[in-house]
Amino acid sequence: MAALANSFLSPESSRLKPGELSTGTTIMAVPFPGGVVLGADSRVSTGTYIANRTSDKIAQLSSKIFCCRSGSAADTQALTDYVRFYLQQWEVETGRNATVKVAAHLMRKICYQNKDNLSAGVIVGGWDEVDGGSVYNIPLGGTMIKMDCAIGGSGSTYIYGLTDALHKPNMTKAETVAMVKKSISHAMARDGSSGGIIRTCIVDESGVEREYIPGNQLPYGP
Amino acid sequence: MASSGSGYDLSPTTFSPDGRIFQVEYASKAVASSGTSVGLKVKDGVVLVTEKILTSKMLVPGSSRRVHGLDRHAGCSITGLISDGRQLVNRGREEASNYVDTYGIRSPPVVLCERLSSFAHYFTLHGALRPFGATAMVAAYDEDEKDYSLHMIEPSGQAYKYYGCAAGKGRQGAKTEIEKLDLQALSCEEGLAAAVKVVLQMRDDNKDKPMELEAGWCRDGKYSKVPDGVLKDAEKKGREELEEEEDMDEDEDE
Repeated sequence: MAALANSFLSPESSRLKPGELSTGTTIMAVPFPGGVVLGADSRVSTGTYIANRTSDKIAQLSSKIFCCRSGSAADTQALTDYVRFYLQQWEVETGRNATVKVAAHLMRKICYQNKDNLSAGVIVGGWDEVDGGSVYNIPLGGTMIKMDCAIGGSGSTYIYGLTDALHKPNMTKAETVAMVKKSISHAMARDGSSGGIIRTCIVDESGVEREYIPGNQLPYGP
Repeated sequence: MASSGSGYDLSPTTFSPDGRIFQVEYASKAVASSGTSVGLKVKDGVVLVTEKILTSKMLVPGSSRRVHGLDRHAGCSITGLISDGRQLVNRGREEASNYVDTYGIRSPPVVLCERLSSFAHYFTLHGALRPFGATAMVAAYDEDEKDYSLHMIEPSGQAYKYYGCAAGKGRQGAKTEIEKLDLQALSCEEGLAAAVKVVLQMRDDNKDKPMELEAGWCRDGKYSKVPDGVLKDAEKKGREELEEEEDMDEDEDE
């Protein structure tokens, strides 16, 4: 009954083919002065069945550029593979470290050119020498928007108000991490297709830190 | 010429026994007989000046240009056969706009010049093609590194990055003059004046055909043609300075 189950879900997951795995998801990325924090839940579902409860929806594109995936797991994995490949080529040709802008632009291009065959909403974020920490949101149709606070996936609809209230300009790294964890916890509580644990990825000039919060320690509530 | 009649100079696909490719050398000769071009990388930009030799007195000023824009951040001057050079210009524009399209940023100068030089080099590899009889000097701004650069692409497909370079008839003399300049102390205006003077200095007005100067510069992150008025002033000033220097030399001789 996977096809039937899909028809009840958000516009994002209703695009899935029968039986296709969805990362029906909550993802988020927020830049702060000097870096960026990316976060995601860990649930992968086929309709009502949870295919994976500890998946990693934050994919690495280059040493300091990451991407949060939502939509079809297969599509977004293939997309990130392509972008990673093109970015590597770019780094070899120019002899420089890839920039978030170039990474997001490549992602946007592939998403837009194949929009009829893809169900993928991604958020590209990371740190580079040119722009510091930056985040680009690339939703379903293939638009690309630079954002100060990007959220995505089915769970994001529940936390627009929360993130608007929590996000302030020039937050510290600790404040940003706390805000991301809090927001995703609240999305996971309300959204049936988000859940499991929270994975975060903090990127700044000095490197990458990856963390997770187990499902019984979520910072849900006031 | 030692090479003619030997049969080794008929195709760019043939090496001579001592490892030279004569067709490529002939292409360089076509550049060497053209008007002098000078490129200077100065403190806050890059300046390109070229001498367009006028083939007829009836030519309208500003026609058949030798200095062209490639993109917002890059431009180039052509020395040698104008039509061959335009082929490089067209390709440069194509490469620059394709780059913005795929990567969303302006092409880094090194990448643009490497691709342009690969294009020039391709024409030295096939029996059915001939090398370009033109050299392109590319002035460009790197938007990521916030830096200016000057490259020269030759008919052989070589492309080096320069502080100062010269091509065409007066290149030898021009190079020695350029070496005397303190480039990192010059502004774009001063660089223009210096480059114009070097080009004028290589001329013998009694002997050489009439000419017109053309100039472009890359400054404030953008490439543009040097305004006609600014170039005319620089030319006038250059001529005056050269005359003064000549007079002083004569005084010393007496």
